[in-house]
Amino acid sequence: MYEFNYSKASSVDEAKTLHGKSDDPKYMSGGMTLLPTLKQRLAQPSDVIDLAGISELVGIDVTSDTVTIKAMTPHAVVASSPEVQKAIPALAKLAGGIGDPMVRNRGTIGGSLANSDPAADYPAAVMGLNGTIHTDRREIAADDFFLGLFETALEDGEMITSVSFPIPDKAGYMKFPNPASRYCVVGVMVSQKGSDVRVGVTGAGGCAFRVPDMEAALASNFAPEAVADISIPDDDLNSDIHASAEYRAHLVTVMAKRAVAEAIA
Amino acid sequence: MTVKFTMTINGKEVQGETEDRTLLVQYLREHLGLTGTHVGCDTTQCGCCTVHVDGLPMKSCTMLTAQADGKNITTIEGLAKDGELHPMQAAFRENHALQCGFCTPGMVMSSIGIVDRHKGETLDEKTVRHELEGNICRCTGYHNIVKAVLAASEVMNKA
Repeated sequence: MYEFNYSKASSVDEAKTLHGKSDDPKYMSGGMTLLPTLKQRLAQPSDVIDLAGISELVGIDVTSDTVTIKAMTPHAVVASSPEVQKAIPALAKLAGGIGDPMVRNRGTIGGSLANSDPAADYPAAVMGLNGTIHTDRREIAADDFFLGLFETALEDGEMITSVSFPIPDKAGYMKFPNPASRYCVVGVMVSQKGSDVRVGVTGAGGCAFRVPDMEAALASNFAPEAVADISIPDDDLNSDIHASAEYRAHLVTVMAKRAVAEAIA
Repeated sequence: MTVKFTMTINGKEVQGETEDRTLLVQYLREHLGLTGTHVGCDTTQCGCCTVHVDGLPMKSCTMLTAQADGKNITTIEGLAKDGELHPMQAAFRENHALQCGFCTPGMVMSSIGIVDRHKGETLDEKTVRHELEGNICRCTGYHNIVKAVLAASEVMNKA
């Protein structure tokens, strides 16, 4: 790691003040991506501002129609929350499949989304469940949040404070994990809420995206066979040592089918 | 730059100062001589560096020492009490759950986490295999490790 100054904020306001005073600062939540990035010398921030001491950023709130997860809530807490398991079981399942138990004890929803790793799980939840990203200055709709590879609508210094998910009638999540890292080769979250159907895909492209053709087909018949013959073009999909673009395109259909099957099970 | 901290390590209060970028595993091994915590992959995948932070297993190669300020840390050296092995350590010995031993400290720390998460439940092999996903044994001696965790969970649940 290159040298940096570490500081720990105890409130959102303090974090913003520290951020404003630094040359090239970086917020750190669980550090499950940032620290490996620093260790590989792929980033060289002047200051690392630890958000782990900010109690107002931790917790889960479930009402009759919305699940709100504050930004610094670890994956393990979301996965084991009886309220989340009851309201959106697919979301609890998604959180429980990120990385491994030790990673889930540190990694957070806010950190994962701010990073927008193309193979992260939570972006599929935000897209597939129509989540809203709340920041220290505004609300950002799922469809406006992910812009590209590691790129989001967050402005310089803007901090995610919580993420809210409308509780769907049905939802299912399936991923094909990389066997070593558990990152998504492809992950698909499907949901139905009234006449609104959403299919959110992660792992396949530069960032999470929806599949309108599948959504239209599922809106008239919410069953696995409705998406079985719908494939997406592989032109813009990721291709790496783990999977070719063609294989990822194939997996989107397979995972979507399985996610729908899980949603109606 | 350096950062000051106070933490409890294996029941003892430790006050220190280290570079901001010092990893927890580095501090444990190089400054305190607690070399039972190993560095395997150094990329958050193998689990050899697992320690407990406020009772939860975490990977100390992917945590700054500064992040552990105010926390209660338990390493493999802190498990045995009064010369008696922890039930998980004893079960690893009984079941020959180690070959070269390099992954063992991390396996033991993670396995205690598995039993803790399923307190009062009867663990099954599938759960243990699934929840050991963050620990890699390159001798591939998983069978006996799983046996040891199942045996230890019975002892720990009775305690």
